[in-house]
Amino acid sequence: MDPLNDKCAALQARIAATEAQLAELKQELARAQDVVADARNQNSTVLNESHGSQDRSKWPLSREEYKRYGRQMIVSQVGLSGQLNLKAARVLLVGAGGLGCPAAQYLAGAGVGTLGLIDGDTVEVSNLHRQVLHRTRNVGMYKVDSAIESLKELNPHPNYVAHRTHLTPSEAPKIFAQYDLILDCTDNPATRYLISDTAVLLGKPLVSASALRTEGQLMVLNNPPRPPGDKSGGPCYRCVFPKPPPADSVVSCADGGILGPVVGTMGVLQALEAIKVITAIESSAPESPLLHMFSAYSNPLCRTIRIRSRRTNCAVCSAEATVSLDTITSGSMDYVFFCGSANPPSLLRKDERVSARQYRELSSQSDDNLDKSTLPRRHTIIDVRDKTQFGICHLENSINIPISDILASASTEATPLWVPTELVATNSEEPVYVVCRLGNDSQLAVQRMKELGLDRGGQRFIGDIQGGLRAWREQVDPEWPEY
Amino acid sequence: MSQSASVGECSHIPITVEFTGGLELLFGNVRKHKISVPSRMSDENPTNISYLLPYLVDNLMQDQRKEMFIMEDNVRPGILVLINDADWELEGEEKYELQPGDNIVFVSTLHGG
Repeated sequence: MDPLNDKCAALQARIAATEAQLAELKQELARAQDVVADARNQNSTVLNESHGSQDRSKWPLSREEYKRYGRQMIVSQVGLSGQLNLKAARVLLVGAGGLGCPAAQYLAGAGVGTLGLIDGDTVEVSNLHRQVLHRTRNVGMYKVDSAIESLKELNPHPNYVAHRTHLTPSEAPKIFAQYDLILDCTDNPATRYLISDTAVLLGKPLVSASALRTEGQLMVLNNPPRPPGDKSGGPCYRCVFPKPPPADSVVSCADGGILGPVVGTMGVLQALEAIKVITAIESSAPESPLLHMFSAYSNPLCRTIRIRSRRTNCAVCSAEATVSLDTITSGSMDYVFFCGSANPPSLLRKDERVSARQYRELSSQSDDNLDKSTLPRRHTIIDVRDKTQFGICHLENSINIPISDILASASTEATPLWVPTELVATNSEEPVYVVCRLGNDSQLAVQRMKELGLDRGGQRFIGDIQGGLRAWREQVDPEWPEY
Repeated sequence: MSQSASVGECSHIPITVEFTGGLELLFGNVRKHKISVPSRMSDENPTNISYLLPYLVDNLMQDQRKEMFIMEDNVRPGILVLINDADWELEGEEKYELQPGDNIVFVSTLHGG
């Protein structure tokens, strides 16, 4: 067995190294291609300028472009003028993930002239079910490079600009200034406020979307993009949400889950709204501000509600504004502080926690060294993940009590319904271990159980497995599924 | 059946309350609730949204973490309140007086993407 294992390990290491090298080469190629494209663009600009109106053809689009965009150009809302507006438009997508991929795909397909993508992340396997521009072979590559690789295959005409970085307050104004329209395809409140503030102060309309589990939300903000203080401008993100949500109420797709077609729908709708803004006839009256809500398991699937107009005391878009480009770039508007951060709790003392390896030793003792038929189980192991995650994988003999059930009960209740009978047996001193995905909820559960007196004043050990099932995989069982 | 507002003491208003964006998890994982609320508050004024908020916490909410729904006697930041498909800020916010058949939706903002 061992030589075979060694061989597998060696092969795996070689594959990993080769894949890393491949990703590096791809990034190098992408950068080189950017340089070539830039040079070509500059040349063509020079050509166009020097030849002026006599350049080649009397038609504003190439023959290939008429064919490529014909099916959308004959739609009355677009027409030739709309197509030329699209070609002249410069659109920035912040985020090349679940929203950014489908949005970029349709905007590239539609012939937007300049498409910028900004994202500092690299492609992970867990992205592929929904981030439809990324290919399995591109895992490890910058998302923006991977996305642009796919977009160029779809439509070589647009000028694609890669910003391989996370959006920061110091850089945001400089980057946004190069574009006409911004799409917020990000995944956290701090960046959403930064994007909205910068877009308002630079006069760019903003198409903002978000998604989680089976639901999505979409708003077109700062449309029309009037200066701060002008009440005829569209509301901004801060008008709708003047205060950020408490950090511990914010759930990410990694923790809450997300269906690919749900976030895909929202990204496609962002592209649609962007096309509507770009091709809009300027004299037409602006629509009243709206929030579209998509819910995959509701009927109707989508509902639209009217939202407020600009807030008269908005910190950014009102006459009383306190946020300016200066306060953003200087850092005096601190977005991370404004939105707070939910630090992983550290509620338990060291002696209330065991490592995954320690738990393995404790539990195998009771399995191997004792006659289970005559002795009761030597310990209780409680898994506090939700039922769905418990159904994917769980430790042998573990009991599932979702953390939501535990936290939902008042600590004043005598014995809440979720408490398993094993735990109320009066004289048992068998230890209780609590486990979850990462080792955060398990601490809350231990704390709540102690508040309920289930440890009988310390006579019975109640503690958690530090680092949860992730630590179990790292320390004990490498085969354990990572989801 | 009450014929006029003067008999209102014991009469109730039927309304629909919905929770979305994950808020349903605080209300027994049920999105849509058809409920009846007293038509008059204790001060005899018509029932408004500011009465409804604690009423929902006491009568409908199953999770004990009130702060996930109410903070400082108002909905917590990040929750939009919709009255018949319009932002409550267009309808007078917590002073809006409930009408029979009203549809009140509480939406938690999403941030994933």
